[in-house]
Amino acid sequence: MGGDFTFDWQAAIASIPYLLEGIPYTLLISFAGLVFGFLLGIVFGLLSINPVRLLRWPAIAYIEVFRGTPVLVQVLFIFYGLPELLGGPINALTAGIAAIALNSGAYISEIVRGGVQSIDRGQREAGLSLGLSRGQTFRYVIWPQALKRMIPPLGNQAIVSIKDTSLFSVIGVGELVRQGQIYIATTFTALEVYLMVALLYLAITLTLSALLRWAERTGVVGGR
Amino acid sequence: MAEQPIVRMQKVNKYFGRLHVLRDIELDVVPGEVVVIIGASGSGKSTLIRCVNGLEPFQQGAIEVDGHPLKPGDQGSRDLQAIRREVGMVFQQFNLFPHRTVLQNVTLAPMKVRGTDRREAEETARRLLDRVGIGNQAEKYPTQLSGGQQQRVAIARALAMEPRLMLFDEPTSALDPEMIGEVLDVMRELAGEGMTMMIVTHEMGFAREVADRVIYIHEGQIVEEGPPEEVFDRPQSERTQAFLSRVLKH
Repeated sequence: MGGDFTFDWQAAIASIPYLLEGIPYTLLISFAGLVFGFLLGIVFGLLSINPVRLLRWPAIAYIEVFRGTPVLVQVLFIFYGLPELLGGPINALTAGIAAIALNSGAYISEIVRGGVQSIDRGQREAGLSLGLSRGQTFRYVIWPQALKRMIPPLGNQAIVSIKDTSLFSVIGVGELVRQGQIYIATTFTALEVYLMVALLYLAITLTLSALLRWAERTGVVGGR
Repeated sequence: MAEQPIVRMQKVNKYFGRLHVLRDIELDVVPGEVVVIIGASGSGKSTLIRCVNGLEPFQQGAIEVDGHPLKPGDQGSRDLQAIRREVGMVFQQFNLFPHRTVLQNVTLAPMKVRGTDRREAEETARRLLDRVGIGNQAEKYPTQLSGGQQQRVAIARALAMEPRLMLFDEPTSALDPEMIGEVLDVMRELAGEGMTMMIVTHEMGFAREVADRVIYIHEGQIVEEGPPEEVFDRPQSERTQAFLSRVLKH
């Protein structure tokens, strides 16, 4: 019990090669999910501030639904529920990517909306007064400034989504947590393995944080 | 005054909700004329010039700018686009693009709207920046400049489109006192070169000096207009007299 326990470093280290096999899945789901989520976020974020009600309302509905329900429920719905509608199974990896995309897309929509709305009205007026069309004003004046302001919240969302992929162990995607669980099932070294799993997530998210800080500092996005 | 007006406002009315901000505005501006609009804050003077390039839609009446008609409610017609290409505007808050260098601020519209190639656009931009005294700051970003310098860049940016008319919306109101002169100098020079200008300002000395015509607006109505000597020295309306005695006292 308690006090007798010693941390088995060897077991922890031995698990690493096995856990590493899960990393490509974690990264793939995160990356693909966030790329699609970003696209969804741009589309629905901009629609959500469109003056045309018929465009705005569906966008707001999408945002509310996917922001207001748990990712776990979303992926279970997609993986177990949708096949009943579609009449064929859905690949677990695809379901995971779709869940991240739809979920992060809802949050990113709000980030996009906030970013665009935060730009001073005078910027738009200056663009229009110079003869730029509304589209050009958005593209050359508003968007680059909004994008720069969106980096910190986008970074947050990316980190949240990466961690959310751990939930997909329940549908059998061989990502980091799933690999850990399988390993523990035969070795009974939960403490060591879950610590390693946690450290591997931390390695991914810290790397991302560093990249984002660099992007913000050097102005590779949206200029100064 | 046989010349065709470049701006023609007829019975223009504008409301913000229930607030009637412009009342039956009748105003013609001929090419080369410098019209200065004065009035208390909230009198509708900024709104008036913002109607000329469609930044504010109006509800009744008609505006024609350089032959292009602007109708009530217009927020994006071809005519409005054409008007905006021909009309430059300078704002109280400068509204420079903070993510672009000074040079890029000036070249954006010529390149994207007129299709001017980069080399030519930059040449023109540098010439204009020299002219407003910012030639050596072209590679800087707007926030690295003083307010007066930023406003001069904004003027150069508008001039880069070779406008036929320039609108100035309180161009010196956001500036520290010691920077007002440098901006007014640039405007004075423009006026001297024959640029058609509509200026909203609180600088009465400047108005008297450069204006061909001064318009006093009160609660959305043109109350008095005429050459500066007449409006400033022999105002006919009591309202104008009261306004001038307030602003000229100090």
